[in-house]
Amino acid sequence: MNKADLGTSAEDQPEITFASLLAESRVIICAGSGGVGKTTTAAALAIQAARSGKRSIVVTIDPAKRLADALGLPGLAPDPVIIDDHLWMRSDDSTSGQLSAMMLDPKATFDALVARYADGVEQSERILANSFYRSISSALGGTQEYMAMEKLHELSECGDYDLIVVDTPPSRNALDFLDAPERLLRLLNNRVFRVITAPARTGFRAAGVAVQTLVRAISRVIGTEVVDDIVAFFRAFEGMEEGFRERAMSVRALIAESTTQFVLITSPRRDAVEEAEYFAERIGDHGYRVSGLIVNRVHPMFGSEHGDTLRSRAAALRGLPATETAPASARDRLSQYLDVLADFQSVGSRERHNLDGVQLRLGRGAAVAFVPFLARDVHSIEALDEIAALIFVTPT
Amino acid sequence: MAGKGGVGKTTVVAALAVVAARSGLSVLIAEVEGKSGLSKAFGVNDLEYEEIVLSKGISARTLTPDAALSEWLQGNGLGRIARRLNASGILEIVATAVPGMKDILVLGKIKGLEQSKAFDLILVDAPAAGHAVSFLTSPLGLLEAVGVGPIKTQASDVVAMLSDPSRAQVMLVTTPEETPVREAIETAFALEDRVGVALGPIIVNGIYTDNLTITSENELGNTDLFDHTALQESISLDAQVSGYPLSTAEISDIAAAISFRHARSRVQSHQADELSKSLPIPQLRLPYLFDGEIGFPQIERLADALSAQIESLPDPLIGEPAGKNE
Repeated sequence: MNKADLGTSAEDQPEITFASLLAESRVIICAGSGGVGKTTTAAALAIQAARSGKRSIVVTIDPAKRLADALGLPGLAPDPVIIDDHLWMRSDDSTSGQLSAMMLDPKATFDALVARYADGVEQSERILANSFYRSISSALGGTQEYMAMEKLHELSECGDYDLIVVDTPPSRNALDFLDAPERLLRLLNNRVFRVITAPARTGFRAAGVAVQTLVRAISRVIGTEVVDDIVAFFRAFEGMEEGFRERAMSVRALIAESTTQFVLITSPRRDAVEEAEYFAERIGDHGYRVSGLIVNRVHPMFGSEHGDTLRSRAAALRGLPATETAPASARDRLSQYLDVLADFQSVGSRERHNLDGVQLRLGRGAAVAFVPFLARDVHSIEALDEIAALIFVTPT
Repeated sequence: MAGKGGVGKTTVVAALAVVAARSGLSVLIAEVEGKSGLSKAFGVNDLEYEEIVLSKGISARTLTPDAALSEWLQGNGLGRIARRLNASGILEIVATAVPGMKDILVLGKIKGLEQSKAFDLILVDAPAAGHAVSFLTSPLGLLEAVGVGPIKTQASDVVAMLSDPSRAQVMLVTTPEETPVREAIETAFALEDRVGVALGPIIVNGIYTDNLTITSENELGNTDLFDHTALQESISLDAQVSGYPLSTAEISDIAAAISFRHARSRVQSHQADELSKSLPIPQLRLPYLFDGEIGFPQIERLADALSAQIESLPDPLIGEPAGKNE
């Protein structure tokens, strides 16, 4: 799919605003590259929803304690925590709102999934004790992200929340959760290992010479213990694939629902914008679409004069000879003022250039908001309020 | 070189490479996490596994685990099975079974390059901060997990390289903002405690230089830079005595710009100070470039700024003949 095609399916759809997006969504998935304020934005969306009377929760997979920082909390538990009303609620807010937050524990989520589909305690214990199993939850690409989706499914099923805002991890693989169910199933269904493990009575002998050679080669490199662990895992896992497959399907169905929305977060830097477009493409490839774009850390511009013009005015001013009535120091300062202005005009117009047409490419009809670079740091509820205000007043 | 996403790590890597190349060293930049934008800054195509020359004295390549693996398998007489491993999906299983295997392949390749002495300096554009720790702890983890075999040898060779400050150092890159600073501090401690790798100076990138003389010696020196009315009066006065009239709108724009710049600059100095307090290592500070676009001229400006500061560091970091990874 090329970039120009993005969002063509959305042409006929009504324009979305962040207010309507918040009102009509049950799940919002925030995606974007690192350092663009994704976690903070996710928290701001959840707070805004809570303030409008919804029971909202923000879920982060970020190993750092950033969300906790943003909410002014000392730390987050792996279970949902209700944030004290007095921290975020304002006097004119609807009192029915509730704000929760949680930091995902992918391993615990995976364990629960195993326990759920295991045929009894014995099977689940055998799997949980296996060291290959322990690696899956941390080392298999996208598994952590997938567990976020799994948790999302659980939170959605439990009915405690009107809106779930999910923050995805800041990596190039942030969208791996889209492919993760397949990857996991592919791994669990690996043909070679099924050959090795299925006829458990005859073991390697039944596997054929080719497979044996392969397994021996692998053992030489990583050691027989590791290979034994892998084989033991596949034996222990037998019979559970179906449960996992069904679960993966219902997670996918949840993501595909019309009340699940993707919001891209970016900064106006060229690399971040390109990353956002790449994310949009991948989301589009999976048949979902981006409903909102939030551009954080946009530099303010002051006035409308071109940066280069301001710079030549400054240079000209510096070149003027000093006179008694026009001292060099005053002219110097004046030229510096013009340079300051020029700096912001240059960076601002470059950023706007980077963003040119991005709305069209990311999805026609999507809500777009620009959040300027805040002069202060963003780790307080007040700052989150400010961000929310900027997102929700920006005309689309 | 490690740092949180969006702090300009790749740009800093490029600037440091320029500094080293100027002093006559041959430099290799190794990209380990997909495309980084480095190639764009130098105006070349995306990097490949095969090395290319970016500019005089600077080469670059990307090191992917897959390419490193097939090269390694071939070097270990296992080339024949490499393709089958990939096609059967077993590789993914093995990589999952041995967490950090992909990292060790990449680090092993870097170690090989270091020992080949083909370059005086190897700059590794490492994964973003949190992942940098797991990237660099992977050899230690592997030593525990895998009892035997060539992978274990590989891991212990890499550990030897990482724990020798004359062979490898980590330079952290951050911006003077709360979250990146906090992450840099966490990363620094994690790296020292868990990897035992030496830390070079930390680079604080994107500083708004408040080099306006308005902060001293003149009417504005006493002006509260957040007080718009006072600010506008001072600007207006300067304009009058210079015989260079400005419109009210212009004066107001200038005042707003100065206030904003000053506010950001104050947040930044506060964060840079916090960083010094928590992390007692030398800082190299780089200015924010208002150009908005990073190309070779910008990298050269950053290199100039780095050179000036590196000269005043207690121990020369760059300029030793020995190969070094950062």
